[in-house]
Amino acid sequence: MPHDHHDHDNHLDPMEARTRALETILTRKGLVDPAAVDAIIETYAEKVGPKNGAQVVARAWDDADFADWLARDATTAIASMGFSGRQGEHMQAVFNSDSVHNLVVCTLCSCYPWPVLGLPPVWYKSPAYRSRAVIEPRAVLREFGLELPEGVSVRVWDSTAELRYLVIPQRPAGSEGMSRDDLAALVTRESMIGTGLPTGPA
Amino acid sequence: MNPFDAPQPESPFTEPWQARVFALTVAMNEAGHFDWPDWAAVFGRHLKGTRDGAGDYWRAWAEALEEMLARGGVAEGGEVAALAERWQAAAHATPHGQPILLENAAGQG
Repeated sequence: MPHDHHDHDNHLDPMEARTRALETILTRKGLVDPAAVDAIIETYAEKVGPKNGAQVVARAWDDADFADWLARDATTAIASMGFSGRQGEHMQAVFNSDSVHNLVVCTLCSCYPWPVLGLPPVWYKSPAYRSRAVIEPRAVLREFGLELPEGVSVRVWDSTAELRYLVIPQRPAGSEGMSRDDLAALVTRESMIGTGLPTGPA
Repeated sequence: MNPFDAPQPESPFTEPWQARVFALTVAMNEAGHFDWPDWAAVFGRHLKGTRDGAGDYWRAWAEALEEMLARGGVAEGGEVAALAERWQAAAHATPHGQPILLENAAGQG
């Protein structure tokens, strides 16, 4: 087909064209519903994120019975707050203490607790983090600006497709008497992966 | 300088196709066409040799999905490549500013 205005032609990025081809095939074969695909994008681009996890952590700080439940059966305790999903079916909560700091990685790919943290940040998916978090966790933490005291050991948890981890950081000093919503505002995404700590009360 | 520095909160997707290929994969899993541990094993293999957690990562993701589909007999590579070319032809044949439809490709039957 002849064109008079080549400068105004549309051109698809090769990955864009390939992805459209995949979607066309899957849709024609009735294997996926485009509306379901749109809904999944909306969920993970806009709805699910670390605010969910922050609510879990704040409740654990504020409610000892819930913290016990979380320690025993994180999957059910977290699902009771409405956060669940097929790709994060089995959850384990790992609690920081005065002597242990927990750090989460996925050395295989990028397994991550989507229902509570959303999709992982770019650094979590980077080959550097995935390999170094296991080999030299303290050096990695230092690069995140987190210098742990000598007496604190680092425990690294390698996520799998079947089991995802959520770090429950220690409740910051000075946060006594704060409401659960105010507590949740102290909980950063990094603190639930283990590469950071919650922010202190203002 | 923190090598893991990234502005946050960031969007998990920097290009629309990344969101689509992600969602297609999740939709296939949720519809029961493959289970997630199988996916993770294939994806992990494609991730070897990637350099970053952004563009490279999503290209590896797309390759892994293509492998899953080829393996399941859903779509073999040649079929995907041919259809991708048709999409490209459709894009070229679509006036700027109008939605790109596969039907716009020449020779659409």
